[in-house]
Amino acid sequence: MTTVLLGPVRRAGALVGEVRRLREAGVVDGSARIATITAGWQEWEDQPRPEVAELDRLGQRVVDLGLYHRAERVWAADPELAAAHHEHQMRLRLLRRSYNLRLEQTADAWLGLERLDDAGGVIAGELASACEAVQALDRHHLGRIAALRAEFEERWRPVERLAAAGERAEIERALDGVGLVLVAGGHVPLLLNRLRLFDLAPLLAERSVVAWAGGAMALAERVVLFHDSPPWGPGHAEVGEAGLGRVRGVVVLPDGGRRLRLRDPARVARLARRFAPDACLVLDPGARVEWRDAASTGVAEGVQRLGAEGSVAAAEAVAPPGAAAAGGAPAGGVPATGGPAGGAP
Amino acid sequence: MRWVPESPEVAEVAPPDVAGLSIEPLVRAAEAGTPPSTDAVDGFLHGRAVPVVDGSQVTFVFRGEADDVRLRHWVYGLQTATSLHRLEGTDLWYDVLELPEGSRVEYKFEVVRGGDVQWVNDPLNPHRARDPFGANSVCHGAGYAVPEWTRPDPESPSGSLEDRLFRSRALGGSRRVTIYRPARFRETRRYPLLLVHDGGDYLAYAGLQTVLDNLIHRLEIPGMIAALMHPPDRMEQYRGSEAHSRYLVEELLPDLEAALPVQGTRAGRCLMGASLGAVASLSTAVRYPDVFGSLLLQSGSFAFSDIGGHGRGPVFDPIADFVNAYRRAPKRVADKVFVSCGMYESLIYENRSLVPVLERTGMEVRFEEARDGHNWENWRDRLRLGLSWLMPGPLWLVYD
Repeated sequence: MTTVLLGPVRRAGALVGEVRRLREAGVVDGSARIATITAGWQEWEDQPRPEVAELDRLGQRVVDLGLYHRAERVWAADPELAAAHHEHQMRLRLLRRSYNLRLEQTADAWLGLERLDDAGGVIAGELASACEAVQALDRHHLGRIAALRAEFEERWRPVERLAAAGERAEIERALDGVGLVLVAGGHVPLLLNRLRLFDLAPLLAERSVVAWAGGAMALAERVVLFHDSPPWGPGHAEVGEAGLGRVRGVVVLPDGGRRLRLRDPARVARLARRFAPDACLVLDPGARVEWRDAASTGVAEGVQRLGAEGSVAAAEAVAPPGAAAAGGAPAGGVPATGGPAGGAP
Repeated sequence: MRWVPESPEVAEVAPPDVAGLSIEPLVRAAEAGTPPSTDAVDGFLHGRAVPVVDGSQVTFVFRGEADDVRLRHWVYGLQTATSLHRLEGTDLWYDVLELPEGSRVEYKFEVVRGGDVQWVNDPLNPHRARDPFGANSVCHGAGYAVPEWTRPDPESPSGSLEDRLFRSRALGGSRRVTIYRPARFRETRRYPLLLVHDGGDYLAYAGLQTVLDNLIHRLEIPGMIAALMHPPDRMEQYRGSEAHSRYLVEELLPDLEAALPVQGTRAGRCLMGASLGAVASLSTAVRYPDVFGSLLLQSGSFAFSDIGGHGRGPVFDPIADFVNAYRRAPKRVADKVFVSCGMYESLIYENRSLVPVLERTGMEVRFEEARDGHNWENWRDRLRLGLSWLMPGPLWLVYD
C-alpha cells in the first residue's frame, strides 16, 4: 500500500493535485471513494477547511470518518469509559510534566558540555554520553507511556465496549470500498488518541494513505514534538509518544522551516544525533515523500534531511535503515525495519 | 501650565534612521563662535529619526523659539525635568541622555514662552503611546522594537467583543463587562477564563484584543474567553476593597460561568491587572484563595512599610494595610503568579520585594523586569511572556 507524507497543505488545489497524481499512477481507483480523517481539528472537524472541501472537484465521493465527534458520542453514551479516559489523560499529562522536568536538566547538561572549550578532545566522550542520556530518557518516557496505555486498554478494552464498538462498526462500513485515506494534521496527540480508540491502524494498513503535517507525524514510529523558539524555555524537542509506526526509520518534522532554527548547525546536529539512526526529515509546505510499498525506497521532493554534523540537505531518496542497522534507538519498543511497515504495529 | 493636544497632522510614518551622526559637530561649531546656519540645522534633522539614538546615547531635540525647553520623562531615578541646551545662535534645543539598551521611555517637552508653559509631544517624533490621560511621545532606545505580536496580523482571525451589564449587590447598581470570545468560538468547547481589571484600558491602550488574537492564532495561549471589566470607580474599588472582591468572586464569576462555556475550574481561571488593578487582583485572590489558578500582576501598586510610613500618601493607606498584612502572613492564593514591573517605575522596589514573599508560599512565580515605565505599552509588551507561561497554548501539540 502506498504511503505519502506531505508538509503543511496551504496551497489551494494541493490535495486535489495529490489525489490526481495517485490516480494517474494507478495507486487510486478514480471510481472509488476517498475517506478523510480530520480528528486533529477537534471541535472544528465538522467544518471542513477549504483544502479538503475542494476535493469535491475530483468527482469522487469523499467521506469524513468523523472520529472526533464519534468519540464525543462514545463519552456521552458511556460515562464510565469517559471518566476512565479522562483519568488516563490526566496520568499521561502528569507523566509528560515529569518527563519535561527531567528532559530540561538532561538536555541542558548536553548544551553546557557543548559550550566548553574542548581543544584537546577531552569532552567528546562526555558529549556522546550526554546524548545517550537524553536518548535513554526518551526511551524511558515512551516505555512509560506504552505501559500506562497497555494498562488502560487491558482494563477497559475501549473498542469492545458497546458504544465504541458501534462506532467502530460504522467506521468499517464507511471504509468499505475506500482505497485511499487522507489524514489531516492538527492536534497530534488527540488525533492519535482517536485513531487508537477506534483501532484504525489495521484498517489503514489495507489502504493507501496520504497524510500531511501532524497527520504525517502520527504515522511515524515516534512522534517528536518540536519548536526551537517557544515563548518560554530552551525549546528542547520532546518525544511525544509512539505513533502508528506505518512509516519507520524517520522522524517527521512538518513546517520545520518555521519551527526550527535550521541555520543553527549546533541545534540541527543535536536533533539529528538524538534521533539517529532515524532520519530527521523536514517537511515544509510543498514537500512530499512517497513509498509505494513496505519494501521500496521513499522518493522525496522538497524534503530536507538534518545531518549529524549540523547540515540541512535535500533528501531525494529516503531509505530508512534496516532492522540490524537501526541497532541503537528502538522507538517506543517498536523495532525499526526498513521502509514503511506493511501492517499495523 | 496647560496641556496642548497634539496636532492630528503629526506624521505617523517614521523617517529613515541615520545612524552615527552626532550633534557634536554643531555644538562644537557653536561653541567656537560660528553658530550653525539654518541650512546646517535643517541638514542635521533631515531624514533623521528623533530622538537620535546612537547606542546608549540618546539625543533629544526640539526646534522652535522659546525661553526654555525641558524634557519631561517618566523615568524614576532621573530628574523628572531637565532643561535642554539651546544651540547658540539657532532655534535648536538638545540634551543627551544615557539610556541603557532596550529602554523605552515616554516623554513630553515642557516649552516656556513668555511665562506661558505648555506640555507638548515631540513634534519631530511620530511615536506616540496613548493612555487615559492623552498621549506621550515615545523614545525607543537602542535594541527596543515594538514586538511584532502586538501588531495586527492579517493571518490571525479576530475574536469578538460584546458588552454586557452585570448586576451587583456588593457594589450597588450594575457594572459593564466586555466579553472577548476567541475566533472560531464553539459553544460546545470549554474555555479558560481570563478576568481583566481595567479591561477597557487594556483594550484601548495595550492592544489586548490584537494580542489575544495573535497569541491564540500562534497557539502560544489556548483559545480563551476574557471578561474585561470597566470600573467606574477604580480608585475606590481597586485599593483592596472587600466589596470589589465579593462582587468579582461571588457575583460576576458565577454569572459569567453560568452564561459562558468556560471550564469553571481553578486551573481554568486567571485574574490579572496592572497598577491598582494588580492590587485588586492579589487582594481578591487572598480573600478567595481557592478560586484562581493563576495571577498576572503588572506594576502592582504594592505599597508597604517595614517601619514608619509608606511615603505614598493617604490614598495608599488601605493598600499598605493589605500588603503589610500579606507580608506578615503570606499564603498560597494561586498555583502560578507572573509579576512584571518596569525598572524605570517608582514601584520597582515594591514589586521586587513582593516576589520572594510570593515564592515562600510554594506558588510558582516568574518575575520579569523591563527597561520601561509605568505605562500601558510596558504592560502590553509583557503580555506574551505572562499569558503564555500562565496558560500555555498547544504550540507543541498542533501541526497544521
